Amino acid sequence: MQLSRDDLLGAYRRMATIRQFEERLHEEIKTGEIAGFTHLYCGQEAAAVGVCDHLTDDDYIVSTHRGHGHCIAKGCDVKGMMKEIYGRRDGLCKGRGGSMHIADLSVGMLGANGIVGAGAPQAVGAAIAAKLDGNGRVAIAFSGDGACNQGTTFEAMNLAVVVKAPAIFVFENNHYSEHTGVDYAVGTNKDIASRAEAFGMKAWRANGCDYFDTYDAMRELLDHVRAGNGPAAIELDTERFYGHFEGDPQRYRGPGELDRLREDRDCLKAFRARVGEAKLLDIAELDAIDAEVAQLIDESVTEARAAPAPDPASVAEDVYVDY
Amino acid sequence: MAVMNIREAINHTLHAEMERDPSIIVLGEDVVGGAGTAGGQEAIGGIWGTTGGLYAKFGAERVIDTPISESAIVGAAAGAALAGKRPVAELMFADFIGVSLDQLWNQMGKFRYMFGGKTKCPAVVRMIYGAGMNAAAQHSQSVYALLTSMPGLKVVMPATPADAKGLLTEALRGDDPVMFMEHKTLYGVKGEVPDGEHRQRFGEARMVREGGDVTIVACGRMVGFSEKVSDKLAGEGIGVDLLDLRTTSPLDEEAILDSVEATGRLVIVDESPPRCSLASDIASIVAARAFTSLKAPPAMVTGPHSPIPFARELERAWVPSPPKIEDAVRQVLAFR
Repeated sequence: MQLSRDDLLGAYRRMATIRQFEERLHEEIKTGEIAGFTHLYCGQEAAAVGVCDHLTDDDYIVSTHRGHGHCIAKGCDVKGMMKEIYGRRDGLCKGRGGSMHIADLSVGMLGANGIVGAGAPQAVGAAIAAKLDGNGRVAIAFSGDGACNQGTTFEAMNLAVVVKAPAIFVFENNHYSEHTGVDYAVGTNKDIASRAEAFGMKAWRANGCDYFDTYDAMRELLDHVRAGNGPAAIELDTERFYGHFEGDPQRYRGPGELDRLREDRDCLKAFRARVGEAKLLDIAELDAIDAEVAQLIDESVTEARAAPAPDPASVAEDVYVDY
Repeated sequence: MAVMNIREAINHTLHAEMERDPSIIVLGEDVVGGAGTAGGQEAIGGIWGTTGGLYAKFGAERVIDTPISESAIVGAAAGAALAGKRPVAELMFADFIGVSLDQLWNQMGKFRYMFGGKTKCPAVVRMIYGAGMNAAAQHSQSVYALLTSMPGLKVVMPATPADAKGLLTEALRGDDPVMFMEHKTLYGVKGEVPDGEHRQRFGEARMVREGGDVTIVACGRMVGFSEKVSDKLAGEGIGVDLLDLRTTSPLDEEAILDSVEATGRLVIVDESPPRCSLASDIASIVAARAFTSLKAPPAMVTGPHSPIPFARELERAWVPSPPKIEDAVRQVLAFR
């Protein structure tokens, strides 16, 4: 770990932004003002931020239907995201995409995706583009443990190895694909990294609830990929605090499981303890960030509520560039 | 003007456009051929011969042989397009869209809309379609009606070498995802092809014949069949307006309506099963917008509502043929 104070403060700010964005959504959804399906990322913050802190706007990511955390970690505008989730005209995607389809190509965010496993081949395509240009960019495919069972993911891993594309498969294993446990659904002893290894690439494993572990593993992995060794993978062991979708009562959880996660597997708590004990940062500084983030999230909700709805007359705009 | 066949026109256009625009890449199964074999690369240049010589000229970085993984091929094309390239993905048989449909339909066709118009996806998916080679139910289909029904995709079907060049050039210069459909029995069709730059706008049907008594609307292989019928009927003094659609999305509705308003009689020739087909789509447009011009109900010449069979006799019975088109024309003319 070679992180400056600014790096650490920035990492905490991004994780705290994801956390508060999600916790606030969890509350706001109950008001009935937010339409459609929303899948919260809360609990997995260290994964998104530990991965994306190594990237610039020139690198690419493709995301999942649980994409808010990836968007924020990659630098999407938080207020634009909130407006999008509220279905507003000046949301990041003009209210056309909603929670599941947020994209912002200006920061290399090629899209959240409503189809489980659809992003991996797209990341390989972006990586092929980067390789052709020789610009050192990489493309990250975020996938969950659910997507690791999709054929598209296998096809993408094989193609990436064959063409030596600088693609990185980040498997966030939060132990549940929808409402089904990873022990049941992943045949290889619930180990996803070994699947990637079987396709002929090097794979890392890291604690996705620990920012530092994820960050360090990603640095090694990126050195390997940027050196021209083709694709690589990482399996991040992480946790999802909320259900598959908002409103999911999580009856599949064991007794006390959620309380234990919040107690023992909270990546923000772990980060605060680590930097506090090592005297890297003052806890008061982190509290100050929390307060700033709270204000940003407040503003984003207030502005989203007040923002105009899209004009129904625009319903069929932007299907084509030219038709 | 050079005379070439459709295969050569496509190959010539890929060479010319790749030379002009370094962002164009080609990927697909055996578009080079021979990778990992003792014989070595460029063994095939595409099983249809359309991508020959590209590897020698542009190299493995831009002409990419892929494993047999249609979802990955089309998905990689989608991702490469988002990342600033102009990928040309080849599906060896259009029937394989089933394997890659999500990447066509939910992904590249929807990116721009879902992302609020801030994205473009300039990918071309070349796919080889159609009956006529006894390739049976999983290698013979004309899936253009299915693709035409999907907003966000453009669907292009050249019937002549000149259009193959003009439409492919247009596809490669445009910014939307294009399904470029090549009929497997038309590759050998010869014709004059304009030298130098030649672009054919989408959504502009070609009036192949003007006759004034009856309108035939056709696309792809059905254009040639309809042309034969039109020639024969001209000898009897029956004048056919024959429209080659060129593209089914966008669709040149005005050309169809203009002709039908003049002739009052319409035959649609569509190499598909009949239900939810291009034929039924065009019939509904004409019924809704030119009802009072019609002197007879529109006739639809399609395959039966069945998969495409293998045996020569059965396949011939399945495909809309010149005699069936002729019968349909006589039927609409006889209607009183």
